[in-house]
Amino acid sequence: MGLIQEIDYGTKPSAATAMVTLSIDGQRVTVPEGTSLMRAAMEAGIKVPKLCASDMLDSFGSCRMCLVEIDGRAGTPSSCTTPVAEGLVVHTQSPNLARLRRGVMELYISDHPLDCLTCSANGNCELQDTAGEVGLREVRYGYGGANHLDARVDASNPYFQFDPAKCIVCSRCVRACEEVQGTFALTIGGRGFESHVAAGMDESFLTSECVSCGACVQACPTATLMEKSVVELGQPEHSAVTTCAYCGVGCSFKAEMRGDTLVRMVPYKDGKANRGHSCVKGRFATGYANHPDRILKPMLRAKVTDPWREVSWNEAIAHVASEFRRIQAQHGVGAVGGITSSRCTNEETYLVQKLVRAGFGNNNVDTCARVCHSPTGYGLKTTYGTSAGTQDFDSVEHADVVMTIGANPTDAHPVFASRLKKRLRQGAKLIVIDPRRIDLVRTPHVAATHHLALRPGTNVAVLTAIAHVIVTEKLVNEAFVRERCDLATFAEWAEFVADPSRSPEATEAVTGVPAATLRAAARLYATGGNAAIYYGLGVTEHSQGSTAVMAIANLAMATGNLGRPGVGVNPLRGQNNVQGSCDMGSFPHELPGYRHISDAATRRSFEARWGVILDPEPGLRIPNMFDAALDGSFRGLYVQGEDIVQSDPDTHHVTAGLAAMECVVVQDLFLNETANWAHVFLPGSTFLEKDGTFTNAERRIGRVRRVMAPKAGYADWEITQLIARAMGMAMDYEHPSEIMDEIAALTPTFAGVSYAKLDRLGSVQWPCNEKAPEGTPVMHIGGFARGLGNFVVTEYVPTDEKVGPRFPLLLTTGRILSQYNVGAQTRRTANAVWHQEDRLEIHPHDAEERGIRDGDWVRVASRAGETSLRAHITDRVAPGVVYTTFHHPATQANVVTTDYSDWATNCPEYKVTAVQVSPSNGPSAWQAEYDAFTRQSRRIAAE
Amino acid sequence: MPEYERWSEARTNAIIAEHAGEPGATLPILHALQEVFGHVPVEAEPLVAAALNLSRAEVHGIVTFYHDFRRHAPGRHVLRLCRAEACQAAGGEALATEVRRRHGIDWHATTPDGALTLEPVFCLGLCACAPAAMLDGEVLGRLDEATLDEALECVA
Repeated sequence: MGLIQEIDYGTKPSAATAMVTLSIDGQRVTVPEGTSLMRAAMEAGIKVPKLCASDMLDSFGSCRMCLVEIDGRAGTPSSCTTPVAEGLVVHTQSPNLARLRRGVMELYISDHPLDCLTCSANGNCELQDTAGEVGLREVRYGYGGANHLDARVDASNPYFQFDPAKCIVCSRCVRACEEVQGTFALTIGGRGFESHVAAGMDESFLTSECVSCGACVQACPTATLMEKSVVELGQPEHSAVTTCAYCGVGCSFKAEMRGDTLVRMVPYKDGKANRGHSCVKGRFATGYANHPDRILKPMLRAKVTDPWREVSWNEAIAHVASEFRRIQAQHGVGAVGGITSSRCTNEETYLVQKLVRAGFGNNNVDTCARVCHSPTGYGLKTTYGTSAGTQDFDSVEHADVVMTIGANPTDAHPVFASRLKKRLRQGAKLIVIDPRRIDLVRTPHVAATHHLALRPGTNVAVLTAIAHVIVTEKLVNEAFVRERCDLATFAEWAEFVADPSRSPEATEAVTGVPAATLRAAARLYATGGNAAIYYGLGVTEHSQGSTAVMAIANLAMATGNLGRPGVGVNPLRGQNNVQGSCDMGSFPHELPGYRHISDAATRRSFEARWGVILDPEPGLRIPNMFDAALDGSFRGLYVQGEDIVQSDPDTHHVTAGLAAMECVVVQDLFLNETANWAHVFLPGSTFLEKDGTFTNAERRIGRVRRVMAPKAGYADWEITQLIARAMGMAMDYEHPSEIMDEIAALTPTFAGVSYAKLDRLGSVQWPCNEKAPEGTPVMHIGGFARGLGNFVVTEYVPTDEKVGPRFPLLLTTGRILSQYNVGAQTRRTANAVWHQEDRLEIHPHDAEERGIRDGDWVRVASRAGETSLRAHITDRVAPGVVYTTFHHPATQANVVTTDYSDWATNCPEYKVTAVQVSPSNGPSAWQAEYDAFTRQSRRIAAE
Repeated sequence: MPEYERWSEARTNAIIAEHAGEPGATLPILHALQEVFGHVPVEAEPLVAAALNLSRAEVHGIVTFYHDFRRHAPGRHVLRLCRAEACQAAGGEALATEVRRRHGIDWHATTPDGALTLEPVFCLGLCACAPAAMLDGEVLGRLDEATLDEALECVA
């Protein structure tokens, strides 16, 4: 197993269809029109020396290394900027070219340190390689003249360093920051000999606008921008392609290793979700995998007030099996259940639901998607027939209008945001529907045409008003509706939305969105060309989450924005495998592939394979598990890789439910908050320690490849299998590929999926079966999965969570770029430099009224509870709205959130809580108490 | 003699607002700022960036690319001596040495009394009248120590 070397073709491929034939160094070469000479040569296996060119960037023509000669043309043009033409005769090597290249290289090296042997790029340096290619043998200018060799290293970024002494000012980093990432944090300062790469206004990288995505480091041809891990560990010697374990974009990375030590994660250019790009989390935030907080031995305790006792795997597994069987014997088959993880692989998730359904003999299995995208599953299945987004990420390159709703891509889905911003810079229009002025509303070179800053909780009113405008202004795509949709439901819906009570003018007072703005946005969406909707948890995590998803689905159908690239309805999935965990039958009512447990035919196929009789009744959802625990009928829970105490709403209710159980089994990397209430701890494995697959937000199934042995001894799927066997089930998979084979055999949408195919194609998007053997990038082409598109009437029902004199502000929650969800991973990395604590964003008016200054401690109280955190005063939020993140357990934002939830799916209403904010002296009494309890609960007895 | 205003954020924002709607507004804004304040301080860069929806880095790159954008307020008079080839050949180097010695300042510096700022310039297009200079925006040709002193005294 060697290091995967990706070919750099120097310039981007041409999309042209017309072909051109030319001669390069005597070889006949045929390439698409518009291809550069450099790329044409490289595709023919002829490498032209280069420094400033990269196929991730537009060609630049500054380094003067790639000069070529063309018969009949004067001079020596740069091959990266010269397009091919029919019949050209090109020479990449000649005595004249060699002399020119050496001369230029001589100049570069006259101002470059000669410390190759001790340089961090040694073994992987394009400058060194190119000096070799051009045969540089001497530097006649000497090294004593004016130079930049004393320039100071900037080590302010925790993950990479910038050593300007080694810089050749090729501008690749500056261009990568602009073209690939879209942040524009770098520039070339000065001119001539003074030219230098500058972050921000010649500041440190840390204080500049840099978002630490790593694109510049990847682009650098020298050791100027270099991962600190490479400086420390040396160059990697082998690598494997794997899928990132953070957000639902599902970026493809090369895990580059030295032995079993991870040196760095490098985005993989062939990755179809990310196309060679990355964000700070996936690229750099892997330190948690080796963090000393990781628990590597199974542990038991009789009571949660006891210290933990380290035990053998045998003892722990036997204890789990006997306790679950005892509880079932005493309290009934339904007294135990399991929670699958959207952080774990498809295979692992599948096994947990199999353990519950076939081993526990009930359907008490649920997943964290309950608290994020369950309304997406429900809403899109009801309207289109499939519980998933309709497009691939490449689709955004064909969009003319993009509408984001309740999503903050630059923080939560950064690589998609970069792809979106690139399209917006090319001229696509943007509509943002969000209570906050998120970065996309205005960020360098991107500005939303319309920002609909609605009051939290009024999504359905706004979306229905948009539909009102589309119907009453006759902007409906009638041909599409007639051909593709159920006309009866359309007529009912059209009549419903056309009612004057649903007009923008009538709903303006409720939504806070000026009617004229809403009308303009509706017209743009309906008439601006290919229109695509991207939405996030700001849509789903509401009492009307499912209604809002269906309102979105209605808009796309009414305007015909489905079934081709550039359009569609795209949920931005929060977790790496939330799509997959839903696909794999994690919900209590659905078997893998979204087939209802009451469907006898589906059940029979599983029964035949598993050799058991399945319960046809749906089991308990997560919130119902806690309710049942409190009434004594539910006493044992197996939680794989989810921190329900921190991530689920109304923390007091969750912890009361857990406290009432007799056997809580937590399988995780760390003693998370839920483990405070656990009796058994089973140490899990990171994505680096196991094989499997993740399914991203575009239904793309990508391989996760093991690059190191599980530190605690077992991959998560093996632990589930041990429990299953101890409970008497026959479960003996040798490798996750066998689990995937079983999934494929039992699930029609996965029928064509196998590890062999994934190895061959890199990834596939489901449905992948006989009809679509290589997967389905865009769904519903020519017809909906359910047949005719189904319009659903979306009556706006205000949430019961209302502001009043006691709780006059609306709290909404979200994520920040550098942290991820409950922060269990990112808090244990150097990402802490960007976000050490959760803060409450509050508008200056609301702050002034309460005597709150920036940075003050404030108390946030709701009907459910209260917590304290520091305030950040900003007009990003509207008056009357406050906002916080939920990354830190010290804050416990979910102490405040209520147990209101989506009517259809119980997805909690995280995004709307009526609160009061007042000055405070510091952490609340509850926070102090909780902190003490946590310390107590995490004690591990000495051996 | 130009009178420069003290730099202020409010005035800067007002100047930016005057030009922000123009296509390619960055350079007109930077020129207007230099005209009013005599320089474009680094503090102005984020304001220009925010108004034009550019990054701070981009504005910084533009400002630092052009030598003519000063980073600090100049003295009451600005002498720009040509250091290009034709002027050097015609005694410009000696003149430059003498000016620096006499006023006790190097390039880009201002005399302690704030009277004079000395800047190098690479060609004013007056090669036929070398050595050349520009004093407070007025071009001067065929200079020697005496004629330069005379010019400086005139504006003092």
